[in-house]
Amino acid sequence: MSATDPHQAIHRTIEAVWRIESARVIAGLTRLTRDFELAEDLAQEALVAALEQWPRSGVPDQPGAWLTATAKRRAIDLFRRNAVAARKHEELARELEALERTPPDLDAALDETIGDDLLRLVFIACHPVLAPESRVALTLRVLGGLTTDEIARAFLAPEPTIAQRIVRAKRTLADKRIPFEVPRGPEFAARLSSVLEVIYLIFNEGYSATAGDDLMRPALCEDALRLGRILAELTPAEPEVHGLVALMEIQASRTRARATSTGEPVLLLDQNRAQWDQLLIHRGLAALERAHKFNATLGPYLLQAEIAACHARARTPSETDWTRIVLLYTELAQVTPSPVIELNRAVAVSMAQGPQAGLTLVEALASEPSLARYHLLPSVRADLLFKLGRHPEARTEFERAAALTRNNRERGLLLTRAASCDDEGPGRL
Amino acid sequence: MRFMVIVKSTPESEKAGALPDPKLMAEMGKFNEELIKAGIVLAMDGLHPSSKGARVKFSGKSRTIIDGPFTESKELIAGFWLWQVKSLEEAIEWVKRCPNPHGGDSEIEIRQVFEMEDFAPILSEEEIQRKIATRAQLPNQTANK
Repeated sequence: MSATDPHQAIHRTIEAVWRIESARVIAGLTRLTRDFELAEDLAQEALVAALEQWPRSGVPDQPGAWLTATAKRRAIDLFRRNAVAARKHEELARELEALERTPPDLDAALDETIGDDLLRLVFIACHPVLAPESRVALTLRVLGGLTTDEIARAFLAPEPTIAQRIVRAKRTLADKRIPFEVPRGPEFAARLSSVLEVIYLIFNEGYSATAGDDLMRPALCEDALRLGRILAELTPAEPEVHGLVALMEIQASRTRARATSTGEPVLLLDQNRAQWDQLLIHRGLAALERAHKFNATLGPYLLQAEIAACHARARTPSETDWTRIVLLYTELAQVTPSPVIELNRAVAVSMAQGPQAGLTLVEALASEPSLARYHLLPSVRADLLFKLGRHPEARTEFERAAALTRNNRERGLLLTRAASCDDEGPGRL
Repeated sequence: MRFMVIVKSTPESEKAGALPDPKLMAEMGKFNEELIKAGIVLAMDGLHPSSKGARVKFSGKSRTIIDGPFTESKELIAGFWLWQVKSLEEAIEWVKRCPNPHGGDSEIEIRQVFEMEDFAPILSEEEIQRKIATRAQLPNQTANK
């Protein structure tokens, strides 16, 4: 079934070339012009030129070089036409001209710096001065090579909203004079954390249902995974980066098992493990190995990845190393204290030491204000009460949880469990 | 989407003890590095010549075992990648950047891997458009900020 419409076919090819080349083109242009906002605009103009010319001329042999050269020419025109031709602009225009005359093999030598430029691009797109949703849109655009329309569809948002968000983000970076550089020293860790946050946000948008009937959008998970893998090659000595990649690979491995054919969510312990993607699990465990070469203290992504790996290694739920999971959650709670992590730890404790031990911890969280509207708290409590044979109390908690969740499918699951409390007498397990 | 990218054998690659040309290996190594840096490689491996392999032929209930080597070298597999990309066109663009795997005449075949979405789409186009319209009306949606 080959593409019969040549117009569509060349269009898809140009989109594919853009996905492959755009980040490098933008990164290189940003270094040349020292103006990220301008560089991104120029790159987009080069794409428009490609869409106009390549259907006639064919895709060039070196599409990345063509796009860069086209953008450079536009930059030179722009600088020349600029009425306020400050001396700096003239110098830049001369620099650009000189670079344009660079023979091809010197361009190849410049390729060695492209890794550095890509990393600079990562850090600027994920800059914490931007709101998270802006960082996400900008990162998907300049690093993921997604079109505005693709980003809009992925986030179920109107296209103009995303387009404006990106324009405003670039403006903010320009206004605040955010430099095109890799942060150094103590700043690096905090800034890297901001980058990882963006990538994981994208992954979670694809992986977890937020409101309504949304289910997984695997394409977003793939985008996040690709970005994570790219980052792992740019910063191979950063254990948390490998940790994030490991976490995403292992979570993505469960995609097939997480929902029934009719879209009902399936809890981890109920999933058919034969449907877990062993290739992705293997990749996740390999990423963990890479992280462990550095012998650093485990950060939050590594810890979460280790927990995911405990599940991934268990061929059946009964083989799960719950004791190790309890230890990992205890560590995670120290690194990033949060009532949600305490709740997860309580679940692990209940599996390792029995429902009563878990229930004691859960009830200690009952008065936690940040969990007051968190449906998983009554949901977990209900499950433990059910296991202890306290069915009327379990039912109350299941109903409470159902009222709190914003996800329709999850509400259905909880109400079903509430109803099942009536069917079970105290003597039946 | 996942694609299996298959390097076909040649009579030379099928020769027992055949080692690839070092310059070619270096170029292929560099290409593999580019693929990994692009974040699209899921797996890759090279295969021994078919002289080290075997075939099992099925006919109804009968099974026949045939030892390698097998003669139609151009239809054999010498190696493969598994890539995660967004379209067949993207896979093709990457393959165009691959050095000639054997020098002389050779072939790389690209095949799409079956995935869950092929059996049951997660969200149809109609559903996507409906959700965009619904979300636009909700207050305080992240999408509308």
